[in-house]
Amino acid sequence: MAQVKVNINGAPYQAEVEPRLLLVHFIREVAGLTGTHVGCDSTSCGACTVLVDGVPSKSCTLLAVQVDGGDLQTVEGLERDGQLHPVQEGFWEEHGLQCGFCTPGMMMTAVALLERNSNPSDDEVRRAISGNLCRCTGYVNIVKAIQYAGAKMRGEPVTGAAESAA
Amino acid sequence: MIPSAFDYAAPQSLSEAISLLQGNAGQAKVLAGGQSLIPLLKFRLAGPELLVDLRKVPALDHLEERDGHLAIGAMVRESALEHSALIASRYPALLDTSSVVADPLVRNYATVGGNVAHADPANDHPATMLALRATAIANGPNGQRTISIDDFLVDTFETALAPDEVLMELRVPRPAAHSGSAYVKLERKVGDYAIIGVAAQVTLDGEVCAQAGLGLTNAAPRALRPREAETFLVGKRLDEESIRHAAELAASAADPVSDLRGPADYKRAMVRTLTTRALRLAAQRARQA
Repeated sequence: MAQVKVNINGAPYQAEVEPRLLLVHFIREVAGLTGTHVGCDSTSCGACTVLVDGVPSKSCTLLAVQVDGGDLQTVEGLERDGQLHPVQEGFWEEHGLQCGFCTPGMMMTAVALLERNSNPSDDEVRRAISGNLCRCTGYVNIVKAIQYAGAKMRGEPVTGAAESAA
Repeated sequence: MIPSAFDYAAPQSLSEAISLLQGNAGQAKVLAGGQSLIPLLKFRLAGPELLVDLRKVPALDHLEERDGHLAIGAMVRESALEHSALIASRYPALLDTSSVVADPLVRNYATVGGNVAHADPANDHPATMLALRATAIANGPNGQRTISIDDFLVDTFETALAPDEVLMELRVPRPAAHSGSAYVKLERKVGDYAIIGVAAQVTLDGEVCAQAGLGLTNAAPRALRPREAETFLVGKRLDEESIRHAAELAASAADPVSDLRGPADYKRAMVRTLTTRALRLAAQRARQA
């Protein structure tokens, strides 16, 4: 057994775990944060994407022991004081999801992208999310959602599809 | 999928890592980024008794030029290559390669050293390291040794590393003036292994090819150096005719297998096509260098 101590969304979690425990299972079962999904479980789909020390990573392909001492962010940490994160707002406004299964991972990748590059081109957005699979949307609205969030984070005025249709 | 049980250690020093490997003769595996190893553990294709994680071993994450070569420490992530100005300006084949290994999320953890030490002929960096004539620096109970990349890559999933040795660093010779390099990969979709990949490096003396290096991904049981193609190019004008002939020689050297990525004949044809493209691109970059 091994001791794993991490911060998730700013809160400390500590547990004695088997070294073979995958990070995604630590997050879902030990920390009880089930917003992070297990999709393909084989490093393809990115539904399990979380930020490890700010870096988007596939938590189905990391051991919990590998991130001991680390600072993790999951989808549950995006909303603050009842305010959606701009990326969440973007997915809402631009209909960036249908079934929603890929959405938590997609949003974590988007958050990391926008922190590194506040004004990405559509091509850069598509490259950044190339490790996150969506089987519903065809990605068009996901790209729009991320661009909406980027604009909002840059302080530009935004109008989403949801608002303009209303 | 749950791996079978193993013990885990994250030693603080290289000597401690080597003692752990020594003390678990052949039953331990070194863990770097884990992006190849963890899937193998999950599919239970590997079942080591001990994982020795290098993440706390100091001084393995350097990426810099030293004494005429580029030094890539064993824990340098693919994403570090992808975002390095040094790599972009002087080692274009390495940038090409690190931009097509798996997907951006995997590249945040995957290491270049692991990509090579895993010795999967489908991995991208072994072919590039062949074309760039890299050497591997290994450390074990008997000290440090230098292994040429040709000797390092023994067979599928097999390297020249002893069970108690650790790959410390990859060294890529600094390219001579008027050199250019490239890696081109044919893949079914982002994140997939190569159907075929080809790495090329050329050094020009005017329009004449003074040096040539080639490496093939997924064209044989190990990353392959098509020697006849390299030898043919040296001393020739690097024009369309010589490039096409070298590509034919590379295709004859390839020994691909038929699988879900296509029949062997198709793959051999793709070695020809991609060798042509890689050489054209490398030559174009050499002219601009």
